[in-house]
Amino acid sequence: MADIPSSELGAGQTLAVRAQALLAQFGKLPVLMLIAVTWLGFMLAVAILADLITPYPYTQMDLHNRLSSPVFMGGDWAHPLGTDELGRDVLSRLIASIRMSLLIAFGATIIGAVIGVTLGFVAAHFRGFIEQIVLALVDFSAAIPFLVLALAVLAFFGNSIVLFVCLLGLHAWERYARIARGLAISGNAQGYSAAVHQLGASPLRLYGRHILPNIASTLIVSMTLAFPEIILLESGLSFLGLGVQPPNTSLGNMVGFGREYLSSAPWIMLAPAFVITITALCISLVGDGLRDKLDPTLT
Amino acid sequence: MTASQMPLLSAQDLARTYSIRRGMAGRVTNVRAVDGVTLTIARGETLGLVGESGCGKSTTARLVLGIERPDEGQVRFDGAPMPGSGSPGWAALRKRMQLVFQDPLSALDRRLPVGLQIREPLEIHRMGTPAEQNARVAEVMEEVGLQPHHADRHPHALSGGQRQRAVIARALVTQPDLLVCDEPISALDVSIQAQVMNLLVELQERLGMGMLFVSHDLRAVRQISHRVAVMYLGRIVEEGAPDEILHAPAHPYSQALVSAIPHPGKTARRIVLQGDPPNPADRPPGCAFHPRCPVTAMRCRTETPLLKPRPSDGRRVACHVAQGEVAPGHVGQLELS
Amino acid sequence: MLHYLGTRLLRATVSVVMVVTFVFIVLRMSGDPAVVIMGADAPPEAVDAFRTAWGLDQPIWVQYLSFFKAIFSGDLGQSMRDGRDAVAVVLERVPSTLALTVPAFLLNVGIGIPAGVYAALHRNTAIDRFVMVMAVTGFAMPSFILAMLLVLVFSVNLGWLPSAGQDSWLNAILPIVTMGFGGAALLARFTRSAMLEVLGQSYIRTASAKGLSWSAVVWRHALQNAAIPTVTIIGFMLGGLVAGAVVVESVFSWPGVGRLLVVSVSNRDLAVVQAIVLMIALTMVAANFVVDILYGLLDPKMQSQTRPARA
Repeated sequence: MADIPSSELGAGQTLAVRAQALLAQFGKLPVLMLIAVTWLGFMLAVAILADLITPYPYTQMDLHNRLSSPVFMGGDWAHPLGTDELGRDVLSRLIASIRMSLLIAFGATIIGAVIGVTLGFVAAHFRGFIEQIVLALVDFSAAIPFLVLALAVLAFFGNSIVLFVCLLGLHAWERYARIARGLAISGNAQGYSAAVHQLGASPLRLYGRHILPNIASTLIVSMTLAFPEIILLESGLSFLGLGVQPPNTSLGNMVGFGREYLSSAPWIMLAPAFVITITALCISLVGDGLRDKLDPTLT
Repeated sequence: MTASQMPLLSAQDLARTYSIRRGMAGRVTNVRAVDGVTLTIARGETLGLVGESGCGKSTTARLVLGIERPDEGQVRFDGAPMPGSGSPGWAALRKRMQLVFQDPLSALDRRLPVGLQIREPLEIHRMGTPAEQNARVAEVMEEVGLQPHHADRHPHALSGGQRQRAVIARALVTQPDLLVCDEPISALDVSIQAQVMNLLVELQERLGMGMLFVSHDLRAVRQISHRVAVMYLGRIVEEGAPDEILHAPAHPYSQALVSAIPHPGKTARRIVLQGDPPNPADRPPGCAFHPRCPVTAMRCRTETPLLKPRPSDGRRVACHVAQGEVAPGHVGQLELS
Repeated sequence: MLHYLGTRLLRATVSVVMVVTFVFIVLRMSGDPAVVIMGADAPPEAVDAFRTAWGLDQPIWVQYLSFFKAIFSGDLGQSMRDGRDAVAVVLERVPSTLALTVPAFLLNVGIGIPAGVYAALHRNTAIDRFVMVMAVTGFAMPSFILAMLLVLVFSVNLGWLPSAGQDSWLNAILPIVTMGFGGAALLARFTRSAMLEVLGQSYIRTASAKGLSWSAVVWRHALQNAAIPTVTIIGFMLGGLVAGAVVVESVFSWPGVGRLLVVSVSNRDLAVVQAIVLMIALTMVAANFVVDILYGLLDPKMQSQTRPARA
């Protein structure tokens, strides 16, 4: 085996070694991080297995059982988290909402990172006038509250899930752009970049194959830090009735509709509010931990 | 001139000027890093380019490779003019001309195993099937003396010598016609320098490619080169066979370089150069070397000597004194210590 | 300093131009501005009159320029709902919003900075932990959830405070607390880390080694240096305050600009939306400009740069 110079084999080996190291690290995590990672794993599992574990379809109404209490407030096990004003099962709606909110947040984070990194690389590659334009856009995005811009766009274009995800993707793009530009410029000043250019590589290969992997850890950390912000933004807009629209449901949307029944049926709003807060908290904990581990220079 | 006689590489009167601005509002200084360099490299021939740091030899290497465009003059590779840097024609030429860097650690991507990096030129230039590429990588690694298991290592897991071997392997994997080595051993430990030099000599003989070997180390240049050119402040001041230059340097600057080589057993007879070290931003008029030259004559201060064959033995040298055009000036300054 | 001021002013101007351009492009991309602004069921004569008035029959760059002219003369069209001037509709809501944001901002600064400084000076004590837990919670709990929890406790269960409306000063308490908490948490967290960084610097150790009393070290050296990064975060906080006002006013049915924005977006009352976006954006650009100047005044590096210029 030793005399086969197969790089695939090598990549597999290093991957196995890395996975082992990762597992070993997991054992050493502080308790708080362990709880956070476990919670996030649980949320992810709920989002993926939503269709299998949901007790009822999330839109199914049970008009005889409206506003029934959850178990811990004297309700029965038919609806462990109670029902809402139309007799829909809160647990089932919660599961569907978790999936929707995570899906939107993942999509938006990835869109933001792709846009930001691309523009950052473009700025770093061309410098000069194009760089100044990108930087001016960065300044502009950083200066205006994103919620207000998002509201303006929603007002003029109306609402659809796709538009909504793309819109949330614009959040934090300027952070990735700034990071990608800075790191690409310093990467370009390093020998390996000049060496790869001198091999005849296209800019696409240079940035995609060499510079991107070299700055990936920093980007992943900032994505982790931006992810809870997007969850909060999504839930805020949905809460205001301007994000996810019925019959679709999301965590913020649930809180928004639960608001009307705050005095008579607070559980409708408390369950998703709890999930939003704990999830955002756990992701930012993990993000902070990752940052300390991978890139202490990032703020 | 037939195709076989045509040199692999010819550079005519290359000049490159950099603008340097000091401070925000400082005035712009023009630095003429390369000032009228003409050189040729035949197929299978190694040209050694020697000079102090800052003399423009690395810039010459970049101009020759087309990484930078000369302000004046022209580079021709295999008879055709060099396409502009970054153009498709230029990128395609990369598989025929390659560069070995001074610092192998910074020339390699520290995130990728070296095997993948050695293979990368084949991927860029779409040479062969993946299986053929694997075979070629294994072959070239063996040629440069790397073990097959080194392919999976990351650069930092290799020794300095192994890293430079990996850089050489990456340069050779496309079987280039021209290899430019820019100070390939100066960043290495002294103990490894000889190994890498021997490897380069051996590879050049075996593969028969043309080579431009840039170094400040006259001994290294002599070991590998078929021909040596000595550079001073952006110009070639002397050119000839390595042994001739080492044993009978004609230009006073070459003489100083040769005398600086420590020889075991030889009683020290060093020529100590006078004056300031050369500053390309403030080029003296006439012969650029005249402020430091031990034999400066009046004419040297005003008239730039041209590189041409010396009447006595045909050695190409750019010096009024060596050419016998003027009598040596104040010889008293030639300090023998 | 003049050079610094100049670049900041230039950047602020560029930002303003970009905001206006953004609104112009969004307006253009969403369809015929006449129909968009006037509403789909407006009479055709009115739409035509609007077209002529806004020069929509002119080439696009002329329209772009006249858009600027209209903005700076304060003419942003009429509200679809009552036909009043959009700018006037917005302006009459401004005092209500300021009644929430100004006390909330004072609360942010008044609680956040002392809490952060105290936590940094008493690192790893119970109070430090408490401040950090509050700070992290303040980040993770969105303002609408905090608002509703406060309503649940103080209005629904205890019945102490009203949950909506603008009948008395009591109505303002919950919204102000909601907005104050989030910002204070952010500021406390940031001030703490800025202080810790400064306290770790060698000049602080030198100063205390010189025999200066610890309080003198803190007052004279640490606080001043930690103020520099803290001022920059306040610029970001203003943005958070504006966004917070949008949400919090909606929760508490407080008749401010934020609620007007949400209602106008729902009703597609685009003239009003446009007016609000432009006003908020211009306010933010101005606020950031002021923060930049403050930063320049605080940072000794900037001052040392001014000396040769004055000489």
